[in-house]
Amino acid sequence: MAHIRLEDISLSFPVLHGSSRSLKKTLLARAKSTVTAKTGAVGGRMRVSGNSSDVVEVQALSNVSFSISEGERVGLVGHNGAGKSTLLRVLAGIYETGEGTLDIEGDTHALIDPNAGMNGELTGRENIQLFACRMGMTKAATQELEKDVETFSDLGAFFDLPVRLYSSGMSVRLGFALATVPRPRILLMDEWFMAGDQKFQDKAKARLEGMVDAAEILIVTSHALSILREWCTRIIWMESGEVRMDGPTDEVLDAYEAAVAVIPA
Amino acid sequence: MSVPSPASDVARDEAPRRQTSRDTPRGSPAARAWADWKETQRLWRLGVRLGWLDIRLRYRGSALGPFWLTITSALMVASMGVLYSRLFHMQLATYLPFLSLSLTLWAAGLSSLIQESCTCFLDAEDMVRSVQLPLLLYAVRVVVRNAIVFAHNIVVPLGVFVIYHLWPGVNALLAIPALLLWALDGLAACMLFGSLCARFRDISPIIGALLQIVFYVTPIIWMPQQLGAKASLLLYNPFYPLLEIVREPLLGHLPALELWGIALATSAIFWVVAIRSFIRTRARLVFWI
Repeated sequence: MAHIRLEDISLSFPVLHGSSRSLKKTLLARAKSTVTAKTGAVGGRMRVSGNSSDVVEVQALSNVSFSISEGERVGLVGHNGAGKSTLLRVLAGIYETGEGTLDIEGDTHALIDPNAGMNGELTGRENIQLFACRMGMTKAATQELEKDVETFSDLGAFFDLPVRLYSSGMSVRLGFALATVPRPRILLMDEWFMAGDQKFQDKAKARLEGMVDAAEILIVTSHALSILREWCTRIIWMESGEVRMDGPTDEVLDAYEAAVAVIPA
Repeated sequence: MSVPSPASDVARDEAPRRQTSRDTPRGSPAARAWADWKETQRLWRLGVRLGWLDIRLRYRGSALGPFWLTITSALMVASMGVLYSRLFHMQLATYLPFLSLSLTLWAAGLSSLIQESCTCFLDAEDMVRSVQLPLLLYAVRVVVRNAIVFAHNIVVPLGVFVIYHLWPGVNALLAIPALLLWALDGLAACMLFGSLCARFRDISPIIGALLQIVFYVTPIIWMPQQLGAKASLLLYNPFYPLLEIVREPLLGHLPALELWGIALATSAIFWVVAIRSFIRTRARLVFWI
């Protein structure tokens, strides 16, 4: 039985820029230790850590708790920087948290970035081979995969050209075709999969639905509320790294829409 | 809702389902670092492949490919050999084989391994941030990449040996365990410098500058015998034993046991430092790059 259980998950990470990147300046700043506090309007709460004036700690998630059991289709909503993507990355195991309990049963697959793990200098075909290697596929399966992705992404001659030459739509097609190959028990999706032209979208929808159907748990973030209404059985509304509301789709989305309407973005 | 396409169904059966229950926050940092290493071992093929791809990409579109490296180092050895044999009043026939081997071992071996270990995680930025893969996989990639470059460069001293009719004999086989030690040190360098350089971007140029100094104080273009009675001071240079355990066998000599002892001891200390720093920094690394 696939399930996800989060208890008091908090995550803060440093945003390094400017002189905090320099060992010399960090050591000097530590000696001086001047502290100024700032707060951000968008995104997680920020605090400037005491020992170096340029290290900004962003509290991306604070005390997030929920549990999701098999069969649930969960949507994540919230404004930009509310912690949706961070949460997906935590669930996918890309970010590790030191605080709280994270208990995940079942394999996860995250569609976070269409070009995840792709190398722009490699051709589409070579990227597929690399992907197959990552998944530990056999030679026969790799060839099968190559054919499948080639037909689906419909890139024609571009398939054998370096990915960096692709238009953004083209690389989404390739990334989409690849990312939708695994059949994980827990599927995590970011909203990028809605990209592409109309003809591709129809094709993509069928493929994605196949994947979603096979997954025991789906977690998706999107700003397209209509899609969430269609797909999800439950919505978690994130705000400043915290769960603001968690409940059945219509209930949460109605409240969310009302809140968004009041405060113009 | 539609059914998945048949082709992807095949892929579905082949893709291994990772039936793992992840309890990430509960495991200690050391346990998680160990899990990282286990996962790297499982995916070693991918590490090797990434290393190969780096080389292929670096030389894509050039007909000679990585043999450009061979040509540049041949030119370097030839010009420096003629000049320095004159400066040091040495026979070209004794100096050139030594120099060609030393330069290759340093430039394509130790120095490049250390310098590239600095950007180990930075270069893999996109992958680290979007795909869940063990971090040590990128260390394997750097070591594999350097091994490939090394194999292309070692042709130059071999050519010089052929020209001067030198044959190191069976002693040369002793260079193999020493090169394995280098590979392990390379992994450790990735763990230590890779994470440090991700956090502090000025460390990489600092290491580059230090390597330049090490190049001159280590017997690479000059021979240890030239120091005369002061040669024992060289034992305080950790790079000297490390270099010597590979160079001596390839020149047909047996390296002193003492050199192996020091090389192993310094490596062991280096590993402990590197592993400890990796355990501490591993979870934060993704935020630094």
